[in-house]
Amino acid sequence: MTEPRAHALSAKPPTLRIRDLSIEFARRRGPDLRVVDQVSIDIWPGEIVGVIGESGSGKTLTSLATLKMLPKQARIAEGTMHLGETSLHDRTERQMRELRGDQIALIPQDAMQALNPTMRIGRQVGEPLELHSGYGQAQAMDSAQKLLKSVHIREPETRVREYPHQFSGGMQQRAMIAMGLALNPQLIIADEPTTALDVTVQAQILKLLREIRDREGASILFITHDLGVVAEICDWVYVMRHGRIVEEGALRKIFMAPQAEYTRQLLEATPSIHTVPGTRS
Amino acid sequence: MSAEMIQLKNVGKVFGQRRIFGGSTEFAAVADVSLKVARGQTLGIVGESGSGKSTLLRMVLNLIHPTSGSIHIDGQNIAALTGRNEKAFRRKVQPIFQNPASSFNPRQSIGAILRAPLKVHGIGTPDSRRDRVSTLLERVGLPAEFADRHPHQLSGGQKQRVAIARAIILEPQIVLADEPTSALDVSVQAQVLELFRQTREEMGLTSIFVSHNLAVIRQVSDTVAVMRLGRIVETGTVDEIFANPKHEYTQALIAAVPDHGTIMAQT
Repeated sequence: MTEPRAHALSAKPPTLRIRDLSIEFARRRGPDLRVVDQVSIDIWPGEIVGVIGESGSGKTLTSLATLKMLPKQARIAEGTMHLGETSLHDRTERQMRELRGDQIALIPQDAMQALNPTMRIGRQVGEPLELHSGYGQAQAMDSAQKLLKSVHIREPETRVREYPHQFSGGMQQRAMIAMGLALNPQLIIADEPTTALDVTVQAQILKLLREIRDREGASILFITHDLGVVAEICDWVYVMRHGRIVEEGALRKIFMAPQAEYTRQLLEATPSIHTVPGTRS
Repeated sequence: MSAEMIQLKNVGKVFGQRRIFGGSTEFAAVADVSLKVARGQTLGIVGESGSGKSTLLRMVLNLIHPTSGSIHIDGQNIAALTGRNEKAFRRKVQPIFQNPASSFNPRQSIGAILRAPLKVHGIGTPDSRRDRVSTLLERVGLPAEFADRHPHQLSGGQKQRVAIARAIILEPQIVLADEPTSALDVSVQAQVLELFRQTREEMGLTSIFVSHNLAVIRQVSDTVAVMRLGRIVETGTVDEIFANPKHEYTQALIAAVPDHGTIMAQT
């Protein structure tokens, strides 16, 4: 049905393999509510994979499950998840903590909310190195400076000593990305990382993420509701609706020859700056 | 009667800010803006955050007052409006805001929310107002029974339909919309934009549509003004702006939009 993915023929295992993942919410009355249903996702090394869906489609829960950071009322009802060769299934919270940051990094939507307002940027960006690699404070600050530089923050030597409120929205998101990169993770989960940003800043952040993939060879799971952003950055796309994957395919195929009715509706509904109403076929 | 329904001449807005240890700083949110909107046309104002587009719209709504320049609506200077004239202005010019959840009173039913403007302006009897609300709900694609519901029982798209209904219940001549679809999912956004377009045509409305989303602006506008740091950097017809942007900033803005149209056009 779908064209084979070039990576699938390689000898290496996928960076992330999710099979038949279902997530349910406990309800006070009645049976559990299934919000993610039998979702399977593969992400190969160096790939940027998009998961697109509207609100309530289950895209964020799926990504949180990968980190085992689901809200308390939610549980994984079935399915398996593998990061490379390691199964995430039986990992304890303590073992998961070792993985997070080290092998999987999360870039959230709202950087301002994710950053600690009372802590200097440098401390926060270097914190993963203190926690995971046993760096001292001075050494971590040093690395933070290099990390800020790698995400193109100017004058990193002064910036490391500043607080989040002194950063613009785009710079805060860059700082979050720098923090995510600290331990060279194989997988970066970016959950709507540009939704809160202006378009010109968004374009810069998308460019930076592509650059990181090319430079570090990291795989990126990109969660978004914006088809335009998907078109800009993803290699492979999963379309989610009501907790299910309705279609997957290479970027061009999703846009040029969508199979699922919902994908077609989504494309139809998304305004493009290149089309004028009434001229669309 | 002039052809221009809305006319702004050298409009500026400076906000003063007092500092903790005395003294004050001034911030020009809008500077030297001149614009015209012809009767029955829609002007799209596009800009990034902090460009002054919402401040500009609030001045046209006469909610805040310009610190320089003048705004004329239908030939009338809105700064000079008092008493009865102002009430007539409020009837003629209606807003639609971004977040419908915060622009409705959560304790009122949809029916009460929609009847309020009619009551304020002393239109009709209680019975005829009820009838008018039912007709209007159906017109914006909602069942008449929604009059008995409360805002929290409606989805975002349904609330925005109610916001459109409230904006047109007094049969205004001008509708001013500030990011009316940016809180909505795309499929819902498409429906609400369609309703906006349809209503505008049926009623011959003049409108200003403010958005940060260039694709949305392209769908709804006849003319476009691009704002940056409180100033208009470029104006033109929608085709001129998108096919042949002159100003560097407009070009950068259009180039920055992530867009699936480029993939679709590659065939």
